[in-house]
Amino acid sequence: MSSFGIEDRAAIVQRYPDVFRPNWWQRGKLTIGLGGAIALFLFGIVQLDIPFSRLSDGMVRLGGFLRLMVPPDPGSWADALKYLHALGETVSIAFLGTLGGALLALPVSLLAARNVVANRIVQVFTRRSLDTIRGVDTLIWALIWVGVVGLGPFAGILAVICSDFGSFGKLFSEAIEAADKNPAEGVRSAGGSHLHGVRFGLLPQVFPILLSQVLYYFESNTRSATIIGIVGAGGIGLQLAEQIRVLEWQKVSFLILLILVTVSAIDWISGKLRFAIIGRRAVA
Amino acid sequence: MPAAVPEFPQARLQELADRYAAAVAAKRRRIWLGAAILIVATLAAGWMGDVNLSKFAENFWRFPAYFAGIAPKFSFSSAWADLAEWFWGLPRWARLLGDTLLIAYMGTLAGGICGFVLCFMASANLVKSRAIVFATRRLLEFCRTVPEIVFALIFVLAFGLGPLPGVLAIAIHTTGALGKQFAEVVENIDSKPIEGVAASGGSWIQIVRFGAVPQVLSNFVSYGLLRFEINVRGAAVMGFVGAGGIGQDLIEAVRKFYFTDVSAILLLIIATVMLIDFITERVRHRLLGLEGAAR
Repeated sequence: MSSFGIEDRAAIVQRYPDVFRPNWWQRGKLTIGLGGAIALFLFGIVQLDIPFSRLSDGMVRLGGFLRLMVPPDPGSWADALKYLHALGETVSIAFLGTLGGALLALPVSLLAARNVVANRIVQVFTRRSLDTIRGVDTLIWALIWVGVVGLGPFAGILAVICSDFGSFGKLFSEAIEAADKNPAEGVRSAGGSHLHGVRFGLLPQVFPILLSQVLYYFESNTRSATIIGIVGAGGIGLQLAEQIRVLEWQKVSFLILLILVTVSAIDWISGKLRFAIIGRRAVA
Repeated sequence: MPAAVPEFPQARLQELADRYAAAVAAKRRRIWLGAAILIVATLAAGWMGDVNLSKFAENFWRFPAYFAGIAPKFSFSSAWADLAEWFWGLPRWARLLGDTLLIAYMGTLAGGICGFVLCFMASANLVKSRAIVFATRRLLEFCRTVPEIVFALIFVLAFGLGPLPGVLAIAIHTTGALGKQFAEVVENIDSKPIEGVAASGGSWIQIVRFGAVPQVLSNFVSYGLLRFEINVRGAAVMGFVGAGGIGQDLIEAVRKFYFTDVSAILLLIIATVMLIDFITERVRHRLLGLEGAAR
């Protein structure tokens, strides 16, 4: 048995030329791709007029802010209670928004699913409308609803309902289309109507999946509900934006800590619930 | 000879039927309990969130009325002139949209690079030290959980108005989000190439470079493109807090009731987001297809 030392390298290269020959085509593609990415980045720096002179100054100022943030401190007990109330509003916004969006999206997603409604026009129309709704950010919906029902968490709830309606409609209809069609056929061959097939053959299959998606969105909505207060739609974002503007850094860090703790608590709870509902299956 | 169906004695049948009824009743009870908890939680959240249905019913007409209000005046006789008037600010908005895309791109690239570096330190199969893995994960979690708009608000104060705070905010958020997804990919890779490089005396950098990276690269690019898509939406609202892009003009139009401007900008944003979604989805499918062919 021979040992491979450094001295044999030349011999090995000579024996297997195909393995050691550089693949110029592959390397060229990689170089062009990387070069393009870097060129676009540099173009961005020029186009956006990124001021490098301000970068170092800004870093120093940011460091100052960070120093002022410790220790986190709500100021007074009254303020702490106010923040906890705002946090409750945020969680309510996420909860009701997710629930309302899911309830509204369920019938619409049935319309958008190929195996429920055979009409292609209804389906395409529903899909495009959902895409349009999804294209508008939650913050923009919040701006619009603030104009309708006034400032406060209610506008936030309606905004989350709107943006979730679009996402859930898409996710639900995809889950429904991916369902096994045999149970529905079984129901129909036993004499059930099309609606019976949907109710007893399709929905029992997809319901756990839909529920786990709703729970997952509840988590992510808790994050987005923390910010819609910035445009006046209630919740902890309102307090946070206010304290940042008046440079009360200790209160800012307290609020950020509060958000971190709440989000991880909700992550944990909804993770547990998700596993209880669908078992240890990965969420698609 | 008639087929004899074996019949259970009545007592045994009764027992089975009872057990079935009990199982159904238990399931019903669970569902009712779940529904009760849901209703209580809904009421509590409604009370907490100032839900006011009468105000909602009273003012709901404003919602469709708003959309009717932002719709432009349009007549067939002067369609082109109307269109030109509706999109009067197109050159400026197109430039701002380009800026928005650049902000999203630069943020995604910078965040992706940071996430790429950090994800290997957050993978338990590459790093032996539990402390490093734990610390990196908490750092990524922090970057991910604090919303990017909050970072943008703080950075605007530190760096001044303009696209720079927007890019930095998106970069930090992307670092957290991609770092986590990357780390999950890295933890699921085949361990044999890593052991192979380690056994032939490779350093940690060489293990990562030749053992891990070739396995995960296409997945990473796919996740990066998905994140770019999300960041385009995020960058569109960065302007709300003064961090550059089209959001600045949008919030101004909304606040000052320039109705047709609102609809024009919204339509441009929606069209751009859809276009980017479409392109990235194509590229992603090609990437995943390539990976499938290589296997």
